[in-house]
Amino acid sequence: MDTIFALASAPGKAGVAVIRLSGPEAHDAVATLCGRVPNARRASLLRLRDGDGTVLDDGLVLTFDDGASFTGERAAELQVHGSMATVRAVLARLGDLPGLRQADPGEFTRRAMENGRLDLAQVEALADLIEAETETQRRQAQRMLDGALGARVELWRADLVRAAALLEAVIDFADEEVPEDVSVEVVALIDKVAAGLDAELAGFGAAERVRTGFEVAIVGAPNVGKSTLLNALAGRQAALTSEIAGTTRDVIEVRLDLGGLAVTVLDTAGLRETDDQVEAMGVSLARERAIGADLRIFLGDDAEGVPARDGDLSYRTKADLTGDPAAISAVTGQGIDRVIDELRRALEDRAAGAGLVTRERHRLALVGGRSALSEASAVVAHGPDLYDVAAEELRVAIRRLESVVGRVDVEAILDDVFSNFCLGK
Amino acid sequence: MKHAHYDVIVVGGGHAGSEAAHAAARMGARTALVTMSRDGIGVMSCNPAIGGLGKGHLVREIDAMDGVMGRVADRAGIQFRLLNRRKGPAVQGPRAQADRALYKAAMLEETDARQNLDVIEGEVVDFLFAGQRAFGVALADGGEVRAHTVVLTTGTFLRGVIHIGDSREVGGRMGDKASVRLAERIDGLNLPLGRLKTGTPPRLNGRTIDWSVLESQPGDPEPELFSFLSEKAEARQIACGITHTNATTHEIIRENLSRSAMYGGHIDGVGPRYCPSIEDKVVRFADKDSHQVFLEPEGLTTDTVYPNGISTSLPADVQAAYIHSIRGLETAEIVQPGYAIEYDYVDPRALDLRLAVSSCENLFFAGQINGTTGYEEAAAQGLVAGLNAAAVALDRDPVIFSRTDSYIGVMIDDLTTRGVAEPYRMFTSRAEFRLSLRADNADQRLTPKAIETGCIGEERRIVFEDKIAKIGSVRESLGALSLTPKEVRAAGIEVAQDGSRRSGLDLLAFQDVRFSDVVLLEPGLSGTEPEIARQVKNDAIYANYIARQMRDVEALRREEGTGIPSDFDFDQLQGLSNELKGKLRAARPENLAQAGRVDGMTPAALTLILSRLRQDSRKRSA
Ligand SMILES: Cc1cc2nc3c(=O)[nH]c(=O)nc-3n(C[C@H](O)[C@H](O)[C@H](O)COP(=O)(O)OP(=O)(O)OC[C@H]3O[C@@H](n4cnc5c(N)ncnc54)[C@H](O)[C@@H]3O)c2cc1C
Repeated sequence: MDTIFALASAPGKAGVAVIRLSGPEAHDAVATLCGRVPNARRASLLRLRDGDGTVLDDGLVLTFDDGASFTGERAAELQVHGSMATVRAVLARLGDLPGLRQADPGEFTRRAMENGRLDLAQVEALADLIEAETETQRRQAQRMLDGALGARVELWRADLVRAAALLEAVIDFADEEVPEDVSVEVVALIDKVAAGLDAELAGFGAAERVRTGFEVAIVGAPNVGKSTLLNALAGRQAALTSEIAGTTRDVIEVRLDLGGLAVTVLDTAGLRETDDQVEAMGVSLARERAIGADLRIFLGDDAEGVPARDGDLSYRTKADLTGDPAAISAVTGQGIDRVIDELRRALEDRAAGAGLVTRERHRLALVGGRSALSEASAVVAHGPDLYDVAAEELRVAIRRLESVVGRVDVEAILDDVFSNFCLGK
Repeated sequence: MKHAHYDVIVVGGGHAGSEAAHAAARMGARTALVTMSRDGIGVMSCNPAIGGLGKGHLVREIDAMDGVMGRVADRAGIQFRLLNRRKGPAVQGPRAQADRALYKAAMLEETDARQNLDVIEGEVVDFLFAGQRAFGVALADGGEVRAHTVVLTTGTFLRGVIHIGDSREVGGRMGDKASVRLAERIDGLNLPLGRLKTGTPPRLNGRTIDWSVLESQPGDPEPELFSFLSEKAEARQIACGITHTNATTHEIIRENLSRSAMYGGHIDGVGPRYCPSIEDKVVRFADKDSHQVFLEPEGLTTDTVYPNGISTSLPADVQAAYIHSIRGLETAEIVQPGYAIEYDYVDPRALDLRLAVSSCENLFFAGQINGTTGYEEAAAQGLVAGLNAAAVALDRDPVIFSRTDSYIGVMIDDLTTRGVAEPYRMFTSRAEFRLSLRADNADQRLTPKAIETGCIGEERRIVFEDKIAKIGSVRESLGALSLTPKEVRAAGIEVAQDGSRRSGLDLLAFQDVRFSDVVLLEPGLSGTEPEIARQVKNDAIYANYIARQMRDVEALRREEGTGIPSDFDFDQLQGLSNELKGKLRAARPENLAQAGRVDGMTPAALTLILSRLRQDSRKRSA
């Protein structure tokens, strides 16, 4: 089996660069480069040498034993100076060692999963963590990486396994001292899990938004000051602002970190009827994007066919010209802080409802499980005569939920049966 | 003594051995059944009952392969009950109380009548080996029997130790000697062994039981038989009695726990959780002050009664005391005390899907020696080993059962990939395709396989083909119907008035629509035999679920179709944990589906195995 290595920190000039090794030869490679293998999990300052004995660098070296590393394999980390030349030299040296090769993209994570160190949802979370741009995204990914979704699925699974065990006990031990009708208990368990799934699914939109970013559209007639607001929000010249109506022909997107939340603000073309074909296309695109956004900020009264929805924000503009104290002015900055503040609060409210289900894959699994539970619940209510069918629906529900992280096993159901009933006539 | 040369030798005449010998003989292999004594053939060492939930399914499947257990049980049955009668057909299990003597006699008769099958009395003390290849057995009297393949089915006879309280005795079951020499020989094969235990209750003299104060449990008015060939129960039918343990019983047991072999620390073997001793029940479920006891007569011509539910390893005097504390048993006489038995079993992960020992050639193991419990589980394994031992000897294709076609397949797969942690017994919940693997359609699932394998008699083939033709034509007429909701309602069947047309099969899928309701819409079906009508109805009930499961079934079959060569080296796989590698080495999965069920397996690891297999096959074809 190959030992893999790769630069784990960002490429380019930096104070420190981290090179990771994983696989059976990881420690031998350290011994070859550094002359000895330091004790596991103890940072040691060692001199790294090339094949001919010349010094490559002095670096901090860490080793991990089998089963006690991120990948679950024997592993090591070399923290060397972050010069591109140094890193290149060390990587070249590692590549010359027998049994070692450069890792494929994602290979460390894949090995971690294959070795049972991470479940599927955690692997996804790791990808999210690496991608995280804002604090809320980081926290969300961290929660997943800690196995929060896996733990939630485990709770649901435990309840459903218990429900299945009740049905199986009635079925498989019909001639023994087990209750004949367990419908009430089973329905209660199913309802409990169903409610949990519903809540989690309800939080899906928000959770997904936290992960991918909220979309906020600034809507209003041409020249009402949309681009100016966008610039103020972004704190830089993102969209061209001018006095000529119709300057913004395409949808301009600006990605912001708004109090820890990732937000994409859309500056849409001024919404108005126009004869200019190019502009007309821009307008219709703008309208679509605005309708599809998570939240709209309406500037002025003229929304031109974009309906407002609950939670949208709306402001009068050009306070500098009208002297309206409740209005905002992109020119003087009046009220801009208030807009930012209100927008942040509105989005925070939504993010607060975020569940653990952040991906479409999870959502589909949960929806599948949820619908099997509805079936199961309806059938169980019929009483013992249809327990065979109810058990089948439960099996489907459990399998769907588990597809988020792993798989089911009848032994688990039987274990539950045996620990709860006195069997054996 | 010099014996003839055989194709197949079966060692042990218990339930596994009998079925194995018959299966091999039906295949046309010249077969020798070598057992301690003719008298032991078909002996029920414990509860004289056949079938039940999951187990009844196995018996039906054995019968569908033209095996003997179902027919013999039908001849010996003195009380038939279809368990779960009110629930769906998928979870109904036929069960019968059997007359011990009738069962034995019927089995012996079948065995004597079977062509190609000789019974040889003797104790097998050794195998004959040429290198790694088995070619016969050595007997205690110095004789030898040679054959192409050998099937070992010696039950609990491997280092069996019987415990009654603190007294212990070496033996396979009461009155039998344990095969010590054979055990030593098996040690030499270096197979992984484990230790299990099981128990049996004291037997009572029925004439000393006060039946008048007891509740009685009759059989079904219309017996549901095991065999697709049987027509009616032959023996006189009887009822069983029911009584209960009480606070005093439990008190006596609790006070004497230290004298129980199991609780006194005399036994290390693992016992089955679903069949606990009365000591276990009293300790583990301390809040219950009463347990049910079924009083099952062991036959029509004996007074012996089997009190089901109170197996024990307490000393004989304590057994008497607690028996007498039970209502109706105040003056009951104990004919034979209850006992526990500990024995060695072979870790079945050392076997392949044919039940052949992976590390030798031409040697098969079946029955309780593989860590199972129960006559039906033993017989089903006997069938598999017998068919395959014959297939090897006759140079035919192996006969493999799948989780998708039978409970037999489920069991063999469970045993060979997961091993056992306690005596393995069949349950319907072990079968993930339970809705399609029913007792009622066992013949439709397996008899075609039996025909293809060539292990089936002419009589059964004709009965089966006739039945299939009838089912097919009824199904065709029903499927051809295309009725509007109005027409359906006119016949008295309530359906949604949604404008969609429905076939007769669609209507039968509704739980409360009976076959007779549909006959009103298609009078041509009025002559349908009840048996055929029932079958069509049962299939229709589950049709939708089975269609949904088909995707899973197909996925599984694909995985089963991806074979893993026996010399596949799991150690070479990159990224597999050492623990998982160890488990894979022990289980030696033969295909991808099996690998997927190895404990601790992850989808990623499975993908890894698959990609390695693909690489290897590319290399080979390149
Ligand atoms: C005490 C006890 C209690 C049980 N309780 C239950 C129960 O409650 N419910 C249940 O379902 N099952 C029970 N069982 C299990 C059931 O009896 C067995 O699982 C089943 O009979 C096993 O069948 P078999 O063919 O593997 O072995 P057996 O039926 O034991 O047959 C083994 C045969 O091999 C022969 N033999 C052994 N050694 C040799 C040799 N060296 N040479 C030649 N012949 C040999 C023996 O004479 C015997 O005929 C119990 C078993 C025992 C022993």
